[in-house]
Amino acid sequence: MIYSDRRLGLAYAMPFLIGILVFTLFPFVASMLLSLSDYQLQDPISRAGFVGVDNYTAMAADPTFRQSLWVTLIYVFVTVPLKLAFALLIAFVLNFKLRAIGAFRTAYYLPSILGGSVAIAVVWRYVFANDGLINQTLQVIGIEGINWLGEPGYAMATVILLRLWQFGSAMVIFLAGLQAIPNDLYEAATLDGARKWTIFRRITLPLLTPVIFFNFVMQVVQAFQEFNGPYVITGGGPLKSTYLLPLMIYEETFKYFDVGYASALSWVLFLIIAVMTAIAFRSSKYWVFYANEKDAAK
Amino acid sequence: MARSAVQLNHVHKSFAGTHVIDGVSLEVDPGEFVVFVGPSGCGKSTLLRLVAGLESPDSGNIVIGERDVTDVHPAERGIAMVFQSYALYPHMSVAENMGFGLRIRGLAKADIATRVARAADILQLGHLLERKPKALSGGQRQRVAIGRAIVREPEVFLFDEPLSNLDAALRGQMRIEIARLHAQIGATMIYVTHDQVEAMTLASKIVVLNGGRVEQVGSPLDLYRKPANRFVAGFLGAPRMNFLPAHISGSEGETITVQCSGMRLALPRPGISVAPAAATIGVRPEDFILTTSTVDSIAGELTLVERLGGEALAYVRSDASPDEPIVVKLPGDTDVLRNDAVRLAVRASACHLFDHHDVAIGAPP
Repeated sequence: MIYSDRRLGLAYAMPFLIGILVFTLFPFVASMLLSLSDYQLQDPISRAGFVGVDNYTAMAADPTFRQSLWVTLIYVFVTVPLKLAFALLIAFVLNFKLRAIGAFRTAYYLPSILGGSVAIAVVWRYVFANDGLINQTLQVIGIEGINWLGEPGYAMATVILLRLWQFGSAMVIFLAGLQAIPNDLYEAATLDGARKWTIFRRITLPLLTPVIFFNFVMQVVQAFQEFNGPYVITGGGPLKSTYLLPLMIYEETFKYFDVGYASALSWVLFLIIAVMTAIAFRSSKYWVFYANEKDAAK
Repeated sequence: MARSAVQLNHVHKSFAGTHVIDGVSLEVDPGEFVVFVGPSGCGKSTLLRLVAGLESPDSGNIVIGERDVTDVHPAERGIAMVFQSYALYPHMSVAENMGFGLRIRGLAKADIATRVARAADILQLGHLLERKPKALSGGQRQRVAIGRAIVREPEVFLFDEPLSNLDAALRGQMRIEIARLHAQIGATMIYVTHDQVEAMTLASKIVVLNGGRVEQVGSPLDLYRKPANRFVAGFLGAPRMNFLPAHISGSEGETITVQCSGMRLALPRPGISVAPAAATIGVRPEDFILTTSTVDSIAGELTLVERLGGEALAYVRSDASPDEPIVVKLPGDTDVLRNDAVRLAVRASACHLFDHHDVAIGAPP
């Protein structure tokens, strides 16, 4: 009886186990091994040779890698705080008890459903093109258009803007966090004489830190992995000014067929994300506050 | 006569078209312990929140001390409130919780520390000042919430069902502490509860609310002895008063004669004369007597006996009270059993009498 229960349980867990083995664990290990090889995509795998850490040392001397790493860091450190602040602001506004607030919440969430898709990136490309919607609008009001996608600074700004536009999922999580703060606390603070800004700073923000922390980690991880936006809008240019690491990994693999080097790049990206996340977790005990009010209230 | 501590004048408040507070006027004297009591939805919490300024009235005005505070910010009304949920700031220590309001008002650190220490002393919280609320028991949190009110040295304390999240034993204990606190600091207190025991034991004045209106205001014993109507009579006292349909046959001299299910009762009501009419008599559980006499008594069957030790509560099914069983309080050693047939007589001198609008006709002497 117990034996057959176990088999049944295993059978139920199988789809998940197979999925994680085939699509997560195997590529994980394989890329580790490939990063130590000189495997070229056009060759049979049997011709791949062991090269030790050559791929990693090559990276140190590769100016493209340095450029890519640099713009990736800029991209992450600009988009994450801006996106979190923007998402929190919108969540704060959408937390007011207004008429038809549900419709507003849906409307503000919509870009996030569409935002990551290639289609929107294509639209973005046309909107910011030289004769695109924005420049035409500027022309109407008498301002000379900007070469959005042709100048390094503006190209980066355009790609960053696309990411900010997808604030919805972070916003929804902030909204849930805001709604979990009991109204009594705001009333108590009001009676204590706190005005709106003080209440936000001294009550709302501290109680929201677990949610801020979660959103921060998620956004950092996702920002490091951004691919669609720069690939579709700028193709990494101009002058590799939007050449994020995932883009470089993609091109090393499918343009230059250098799977070994691309795997090594993937591992470096993975390590960067791991270190960032670890730092975030380490720092959390200094600024993240967990209330556990509910279970202790009995 | 000193001025009132709190005064409400014709206060109205409705939410989405529902009148929650329907023209309430009320005076609270300085140092009084006033309890707003009533069933859920009667508007008692809303009334308290109106005093606090967390709601604003649709019409009418609210005076605290000598100031009309109807449009004054809650923080400037000279009140402090203790919430049912305690509403402690979970990310602040006990001391920070108590001092938060003072910090915002810009008091010097040393002053805050002094006041917090004094309040902590009154409430025996001294050893907990550095703890966070999650590390406190329910009773301790309650004390911190009260401490937060004390440090503000308000003119009026407001309590919104402060004990309802505590277990029965702790509730009794905190009730005594709140009474002691009132005696000690002598401030005006307004206290909301649905628990008539809290109301009876704490209040110097009870305000019974029902459907957004004041049913009756008075001292606990006054309301208990001389309820103005059937609602108040039924609300105060545990177990509650029994109501039996009756008929007034007339007044004779000092008494009103009432027929109730074969009983003829002469209720002493000097100076009140009434015409024959349908009525209800109200009999508290302790005013029934077990009898063997078939004259002026009602027949019934015991459906349940709850023995509480010193006394016993007997539930009697009787034609005299067709809708619900009559509850009778008997001495603890009374020798009765379930399913016994019993006869009950009524202490006529203690009977309450209500007309067909449920308004009391006089009161027992």
